[in-house]
Amino acid sequence: MKIRPEQPGLRSLYRPVFDRALCIGCGDCASQCTFNEIRLDSRKDKKIPQATGKTCGACQRCAVFCPRGAIYIEKRPLTLHPHAIWNEAAVMHVHLQSASGAVPLTGFGAGTTIPTYWERILFNACQVTNPAIDPQREPMETITYLGRKPASLKKADGLKADQLLRLSLPLVFAPMSYGSINLRLQKAFAITARKKGILWYSGEGGLHEELNDYSDCAVLQIASGRFGVDPDYLTKARAYQIKIGQGAKPGIGGHLPGEKVLDGVSRTRMIPIGSDAISPAPQHDIYSIEDLRLLINAVKEASGYKPVCVKIAAVHNVASIATGVVHAGADMVYLDGYRAGTGATPVIVRDNVGIPTELALAAVDQRLRDEGIRHKASLVVAGGFSNSADVMKAIALGADAVAIGTAFLVSCGCYGCQRCQSGKCAWGLTTNDPVISKRLEVEWAVERLSNLIEAWHHEMKEVMGLNGIYDIGSFRGNRLLLRGVGLSAKELEILGIKHAGE
Amino acid sequence: MCGVAGLINLDKIRENGSRIKRAIVLQNERGNGLGAGYGVYGIYPGYEDLYAIHIMASSEDAVNQAALFIRRWFAVQKQEPIPVWDKVIIDHPYFQRFFVKPAHSSLLCYGKQESEDEYVLKKMMQMNKEVHGAYAFSSGKDMGVFKGVGTPTDIYDFFMLDNYQGHSWLAHNRFPTNTPGWWGGAHPFNALDWSIIHNGEISSYGINRRYLESQGYYCHLQTDSEVIAYLFDLLIRRHGLSIREAASVLAPPYWATVERMADREEKESQQLLKIIYEQAMLNGPFAVLAAFSGGMFSLTDNTKLRPMTVAIQDNYTYFASEVSALYEMQEDLRQVVTPRAGEPVVALYRDNLEPREGEVA
Repeated sequence: MKIRPEQPGLRSLYRPVFDRALCIGCGDCASQCTFNEIRLDSRKDKKIPQATGKTCGACQRCAVFCPRGAIYIEKRPLTLHPHAIWNEAAVMHVHLQSASGAVPLTGFGAGTTIPTYWERILFNACQVTNPAIDPQREPMETITYLGRKPASLKKADGLKADQLLRLSLPLVFAPMSYGSINLRLQKAFAITARKKGILWYSGEGGLHEELNDYSDCAVLQIASGRFGVDPDYLTKARAYQIKIGQGAKPGIGGHLPGEKVLDGVSRTRMIPIGSDAISPAPQHDIYSIEDLRLLINAVKEASGYKPVCVKIAAVHNVASIATGVVHAGADMVYLDGYRAGTGATPVIVRDNVGIPTELALAAVDQRLRDEGIRHKASLVVAGGFSNSADVMKAIALGADAVAIGTAFLVSCGCYGCQRCQSGKCAWGLTTNDPVISKRLEVEWAVERLSNLIEAWHHEMKEVMGLNGIYDIGSFRGNRLLLRGVGLSAKELEILGIKHAGE
Repeated sequence: MCGVAGLINLDKIRENGSRIKRAIVLQNERGNGLGAGYGVYGIYPGYEDLYAIHIMASSEDAVNQAALFIRRWFAVQKQEPIPVWDKVIIDHPYFQRFFVKPAHSSLLCYGKQESEDEYVLKKMMQMNKEVHGAYAFSSGKDMGVFKGVGTPTDIYDFFMLDNYQGHSWLAHNRFPTNTPGWWGGAHPFNALDWSIIHNGEISSYGINRRYLESQGYYCHLQTDSEVIAYLFDLLIRRHGLSIREAASVLAPPYWATVERMADREEKESQQLLKIIYEQAMLNGPFAVLAAFSGGMFSLTDNTKLRPMTVAIQDNYTYFASEVSALYEMQEDLRQVVTPRAGEPVVALYRDNLEPREGEVA
């Protein structure tokens, strides 16, 4: 076979550009880059960085760390004959598959042009007849309790508030497993969750012994791979989550490439080093709703009646599925929508399966109300929340709390290069490499995460206050606070909101 | 902005509406002529055990449809037009009242007996949903709501309230802000025994309404205040809460206050109320005056963004938005009280002084 300088499809779409006038030749950029995009040419006492154009994914690590600000990332021009279907993404995807014969994996959530409803929904505000409340001067409360609640006081039957899960604001850390992210990042999540009075979800990778101290604010997951589940695991959490599906890959199980399975992960997950941890698509003891009920009851009995959450992906018939899940005994339904992120998923699944979070949430909340069982389970939603306004829109549509994943990764440095599955994350987030993962300092991450939560909390109170609402409970499910813009009658009907001007 | 006034005689001595009229007319500045109404308890002696259903209808045909509906589901003892003086307001709906009890056989359903109250409430909701152009706006026993579009004087004269004798009176003067002024949208709002008048705007209406709808209450009157009447019916009649508990559901203490409570029992019960009834909590400014067969009480939001004053003298308790209106009802008042934010003031009839647990007369 003739050797080509570059196999079609294996070039990178981006490259670093160096300002030669500013560059001092320290070579730090090359050592920051974990993907070997930057080559150093030595000239006299200087190291001259050169882009290889093979692997850059625009993670920005070199640009941020360049001491002289001499680097920026540019998109490499790829001029194609214009075509409605054979655009850059399509051509490159076919080239990549032709070169590898494999199913391309990716990280992150779907970035397709499927409508994002949040951007077509607007809030109300007080004018004249009811006063807006200034959150800087007046009390504004966001305390939220999750779990199964009685329909009336008479039916409370000795229930105490502390049997439920208390959140100081309706945010939680979305499940990201140890393995998909490293222990330092998960520890930062756990510390921040405790500090801010919220919960962190473990994901399916088990609980590393170093995090035992943070199990009282943890929701530990039981997924189809059953990684890390043993009798001890089943007693120490604040609550448990049974994972049925995931928004970034509905219908398939978790993927942890063998590259990321190193010593700690191997011990915690109880699997050999270097083996791919591919969770089965279904839970093999749940082939029906009555099987789910058995597992929920089993987890409750084993754990001493801790709340049990069931995580499902937003798919076409999600409202009926959620109803079944609540009838099966779930105390919380975790609804993971189309744009939900992941550490590794086939591109084709991420981009083509499931339905938008907004529509799923609206449909599930309404169906549970119609069936008179809304109080029996709290609704935690996830999938595509990049700012606090969207969080509040979800609360107004009916969510009890919103789970944040990607935004918290971004908070710790991520710029969204979507190569979480590679195990080479230059920011030290989605890698278990003992050297690279040291790039993440736990204290620094805790501070950044706390800042982000604090900032969003302020903004959430602002949105409540300008609607004349001092308690998040009156915001929750209050769809009259929302109006749609440019949405069809059908979309408005499903969302249960009016059009702007109505 | 709206005006409210109420008076109650704790010994159930009855009087006509002339005093309450003076109190509400004095507060004319608080309304704009697009709605006023009165609620009276103890007005139908001889019919005390029957539900008095007041309906308004947009046409004679709608009256007939409503009558057919009521006759299908109830045993009707008396049906008559509500007397009106139509020289005051020429363009008005048709008014009709029915004295009924549930048709006995319809209460039985496969051996499960529904309470009469529950049955009446359901049928009223069903009628308002199904019978086009007709609304039942009052359905309690021995009481009645009279309301419409006009000034308090117009509505008082239109229904000729000089001719009714009651032992508790509510009066409301409306300045509609979030919905158009129409006859059904005037206050008081009624559900069975409960009548409420409201000054304010409920920012939590969207979720209060969705909560009530999931409990079988349909909000068809296009105005936020109606949810309060249904919430009282739900919380007190159906869920068996005391007035104090219901008041702290609607205007709860802040979480910060609850979590500081020293008394463990009080703290736990307050936490539970807040958690279970989160969707029934009212946000936004409100001053509410509620009447029922056991008495009358006032409630404001817990930052008191709408006024409420109370006077207690002899066997009377008076309520009004403005102190001056209290003096219109009785000149020589000695004790005028301004309740604190979120603090209910409850006046119960003496023959009802066996209140449920946790209540103070």
